[in-house]
Amino acid sequence: MTSQNHKTPDKVIEVTDLVTHYGTRKILDGMNFEVERGEIRVIMGGSGSGKSTLLWYILGLYKPTEGRIKVLGEDINQISFNEHLKLKQNIGVSFQSGALFSSMSVGENVAFPLREFTDLDENTIRIITRMKLEVVNLGGFHKLMPSQLSGGMIKRAALARAIVMDPKLLFFDEPSAGLDPVVASEIDDLILSLRDNMGMSMVVVTHELESAFKIADRITVLDQGKNLLTASVEEVKKSKNKRIMDLLQRRSRHDKLDPEEYLRRLTQENYTLS
Amino acid sequence: MTKLTQKVENLGQMTVQALERLGFAMRLFWDSFYWLIAGRKYKQRLRFSQVVKYIKSEGVDALPIVLMLALVVGMMLAIQLIYALEAFGAESQVLLAIAKSVTREFSPLITGIIVAGRSGAAIAARIGSQTVSQEIDALNVMGVVPVRYLVLPPLLALIISMPLLIIAADIVAIFGGALFSVTKLDMSISAYMVDSFNVLVVGDIMQGLIKSVVFGIIIVLVGATTGFYVTNGAEGVGKATTTAVVVSISFIVFADMIASFFLTK
Ligand SMILES: Nc1ncnc2c1ncn2[C@@H]1O[C@H](COP(=O)(O)OP(=O)(O)O)[C@@H](O)[C@H]1O
Ligand SMILES: [Mg+2]
Repeated sequence: MTSQNHKTPDKVIEVTDLVTHYGTRKILDGMNFEVERGEIRVIMGGSGSGKSTLLWYILGLYKPTEGRIKVLGEDINQISFNEHLKLKQNIGVSFQSGALFSSMSVGENVAFPLREFTDLDENTIRIITRMKLEVVNLGGFHKLMPSQLSGGMIKRAALARAIVMDPKLLFFDEPSAGLDPVVASEIDDLILSLRDNMGMSMVVVTHELESAFKIADRITVLDQGKNLLTASVEEVKKSKNKRIMDLLQRRSRHDKLDPEEYLRRLTQENYTLS
Repeated sequence: MTKLTQKVENLGQMTVQALERLGFAMRLFWDSFYWLIAGRKYKQRLRFSQVVKYIKSEGVDALPIVLMLALVVGMMLAIQLIYALEAFGAESQVLLAIAKSVTREFSPLITGIIVAGRSGAAIAARIGSQTVSQEIDALNVMGVVPVRYLVLPPLLALIISMPLLIIAADIVAIFGGALFSVTKLDMSISAYMVDSFNVLVVGDIMQGLIKSVVFGIIIVLVGATTGFYVTNGAEGVGKATTTAVVVSISFIVFADMIASFFLTK
């Protein structure tokens, strides 16, 4: 464990001047973002502000238009494809939708990375899988198929799969979205204990304020493709920035629209649905 | 006028899209073999058990329907050929005509079409729904190369099972021809079968086997490419399945014609 930490750089993520497009639409526009080792960083921002997109690019699913992305000290767009494959084994990801393999049971899902990347024997794989499922409180559910799970169980199973290789860096997209408050709070506790017990660095995307304040070391607020603010929980709470206050009070930027203007927009004639 | 320009523009867009997908399919083919060879070195091992699983679902499970249709096609050929050859008083040539046309043309073609309908559709649906549910992204971020995991195993499975299916189809189709022909030719079924194998040369069998491997490759590449390009959720998956079958059967028929031209001298 110590030798592993020894190799982990101080800054586990360094994103510099990142610009990205989907087709011709610019999503991230000069994004800067750094995460330190051992930190839990929460990313917040309105829906569609590019939170998930930032994760996709850090994970290397798409190539950026401009800018540099370093993960665990490696520039992911400079290293070779095979070096990148190796780097990915130090990274765990829990997707917003879970993205469990629907043709495999929960246990097989969790065991999958072990089967692919280690030479462990079947017995050891079974034990590790069981252990990780117990960490997320799914001990007896290994035989269920993903379609038989509730929303909260999917998130937890996805988390078990994400941590099965003991990654140095964990990404968690919307852990509590769509869950009831009790389950959501359990997942927050899980996130905290993973960092405390396993020393992982984490990036958590969420728009649940309560959850963000509970787990974050620092919070990054995204707005219009940029890093609007990165600060500690206390600083964010005290922020006087209007956009941040809007966000914290869950007001959308359209709220203060003039009613007549709004009506005009709704009845616009050149507005077609497809 | 504007309608015409729009049509031309659409046609242009469709061509660009088609070429893009063709390039993608070529890339899949190349990558598959790259990972087949380099896989071990980069912890991207091909799992033998996975290939066996696909040989069963794509090859063995297709056998009953392939054999049934082969039998029917053999009988149908006998009926038509005897009718046509009688006009020249050359009924005795029916044995040769069936043996050659079955091995060179009919058994690869019907097998190709059946496998396209079964496996092509299945591959497109599987990869399509995995694209939609982000399972492909999950593989990618884990460091599992999707091509190695999702395309290479069925590709190898079809390269192995197609020739075996063809050989089985050859035998059954010739048998089907025999069932109808023996009374006309006044010979026993076993003698008919033996004579059929005697008139065949290595080139006849090879032509069928080469075609079948090409068809197998077409089926997997078209199915996988359509699957990877799925957008629009469940509806997109349904569409991709249909597209995969129609496109792969069209390609198979064209490839068959080209192969017949070059392999028949
Ligand atoms: N694969 C994609 N292709 C095209 N547009 C996308 C894609 N993914 C997201 N978008 C668009 O990019 C914007 C940012 O999306 P996303 O990063 O998912 O936002 P968030 O996670 O903050 O809600 C949205 O407007 C969304 O519609
Ligand atoms: Mg999102």
